[in-house]
Amino acid sequence: MSTQTPALPASLADATRDDASLRCFLRGLPGVDAVGLEATAATLATRSVKQESKRKAIDTAIRMVDLTTLEGADTPSRVRSLAAKARHPDPERPGVPAVAAVCVYPDMVAPAVAALSGSSIGVASVATAFPSGRSSRDVKLAEVALAVTAGASEVDMVIDRGAFLAGRYGEVYEEITLVKQACRGSHLKVILETGELAGYDDVRRASWLALLAGANFIKTSTGKLSPAATLPVTHVMLQVVRDWQQRTGVQCGVKPAGGIRTTKDAIRYLVAVHEVAGPEWLTPLRFRFGASGLLNDLLMQRRVQLEGHYSGADYVSQD
Amino acid sequence: MPSRIAVPKTYKLYLGGEFGRSESGRSYPVTDPRGRFLANAAQASRKDARDAVVAARRAFGPWWGATAYNRGQVLLRVAEVMEGRREQFATELAAAEGWALRRAPAMVDAAIDRWVWYAGWTDKIATVFGAANPVAGPYFCLTIPEPTGVVAVLAPQTSSLLGLVSVLAPVIAAGNTAVVVASQNRPLPAVTLSEVLATSDVPSGVVNVLTGRTAELAPWLAAHDDVNALDLCGAPAAIRADLEATAAGTVKRVRSAPAAEPDWTRPPDTGRLRSFVEAKTVWHPVGT
Repeated sequence: MSTQTPALPASLADATRDDASLRCFLRGLPGVDAVGLEATAATLATRSVKQESKRKAIDTAIRMVDLTTLEGADTPSRVRSLAAKARHPDPERPGVPAVAAVCVYPDMVAPAVAALSGSSIGVASVATAFPSGRSSRDVKLAEVALAVTAGASEVDMVIDRGAFLAGRYGEVYEEITLVKQACRGSHLKVILETGELAGYDDVRRASWLALLAGANFIKTSTGKLSPAATLPVTHVMLQVVRDWQQRTGVQCGVKPAGGIRTTKDAIRYLVAVHEVAGPEWLTPLRFRFGASGLLNDLLMQRRVQLEGHYSGADYVSQD
Repeated sequence: MPSRIAVPKTYKLYLGGEFGRSESGRSYPVTDPRGRFLANAAQASRKDARDAVVAARRAFGPWWGATAYNRGQVLLRVAEVMEGRREQFATELAAAEGWALRRAPAMVDAAIDRWVWYAGWTDKIATVFGAANPVAGPYFCLTIPEPTGVVAVLAPQTSSLLGLVSVLAPVIAAGNTAVVVASQNRPLPAVTLSEVLATSDVPSGVVNVLTGRTAELAPWLAAHDDVNALDLCGAPAAIRADLEATAAGTVKRVRSAPAAEPDWTRPPDTGRLRSFVEAKTVWHPVGT
């Protein structure tokens, strides 16, 4: 427990002193009222966003997309075409904003960096034996180093769910802090894989644990497992980053990933961000969507708003 | 005093294999030609039309990919299931069109026979409309008819069952998927037909049935980028030209509306099958 993120307030610094105090702190977090949480999430999801607000929401959502390809069949040319799409999501309509980042496997970072040079679009790389996290610590750190050396500006790590579920919080904490060091200044997103955690209380604990260890972002899921991101889980995580900001003054981000495919879904998440965390979180610096299919739906809906008739999949690029 | 209270049917939309009310929550009263109330039908909105197109697009690949023989068997199955519901259709048709009950069964039989007729055509389309073209060179040159894609069908306004089957069956027989806007004032037989489709091996989304105001839904379908063809059969005369102009925006194939609704009891021809297929010609070198 020697590595320490600077400037934690005394109460939080105390929590990370050793394994026992960390467990004591995480177990001492207030429980989540699951029924109330789900009801709130469902109510907010019914909010109607139309016309001008919808246009703005769509553009905001496009700016927040981490355009993702995490397939065994990925090739450098596929990554390059994805990068081209990230720069100009809808080439026929110049007003469309660029996405936030492109998210790839570590060996695809180099072509992604080359294809995105000169733009402000980030290159995110998953690492630490994604998606299962089942490997030795040395291998995980080596993978992070591989991604960072290749030029990744953001690293998406997975936590060791086995250790977390067994209650070995200190081990998970230590691993995140080591990865954070290996990131050498690149942004660290910590994937909790909420589908494998046992309920909302665990999501809250894992979120706090990740932030204590130095995460810049907490991410719901790998996208390789169902259930992936859900609205209630994202609510819990947004509450945690809001509380974190109140206690430390540092603003961290949330990234739901997996299963968000339609504009309607995306707007529901934006409403949740606005209502739970606050309007200052409505920026790609603090909220991201991990998605591949979502962007096309956002583009099609954007055209509906501008042109007054429905578009189809034949009119957007397939990746 | 009646011993029990009758349980009337809720007439719903048929979208992607499911029966649901309109997304807008609207409905409208349906009366017979003399103005007597029959039932309330769902009044579809443009979003229902959009959802129908999404369902039809999703269903298109597998439906086209199925063998022509298989499509024929499915269409025959529709006829079989309709046969079992002859009396229900006859009663509903008589009420909808204001006929004496004795006249209706013949129309139902004609509708069933129409399915059988088009079922026989599915595996003959390629033979009859395709060709091995003679060319001046060492090539095989083959022309193959392929389905156009998602077809929006504005069903005939007067003939609510036989007319509907006569325009719908050729569309799906050729391998297209359909979004049907049923007759505005006589939508009930179309809803019952969709119950037949749901229980007769027609994959979900291949046929989607909307009920509501034709003039409200048609412009959205005509402008939709993901609709490949438009059958204007039941389009209100006042908006036909507009619909054709709108459809030209995405180069849709349009089948114009006849000046007056045809006599559907006359034997069909292959014109409607031909309307919704595209010719693909392939040149292949001889001997390799």
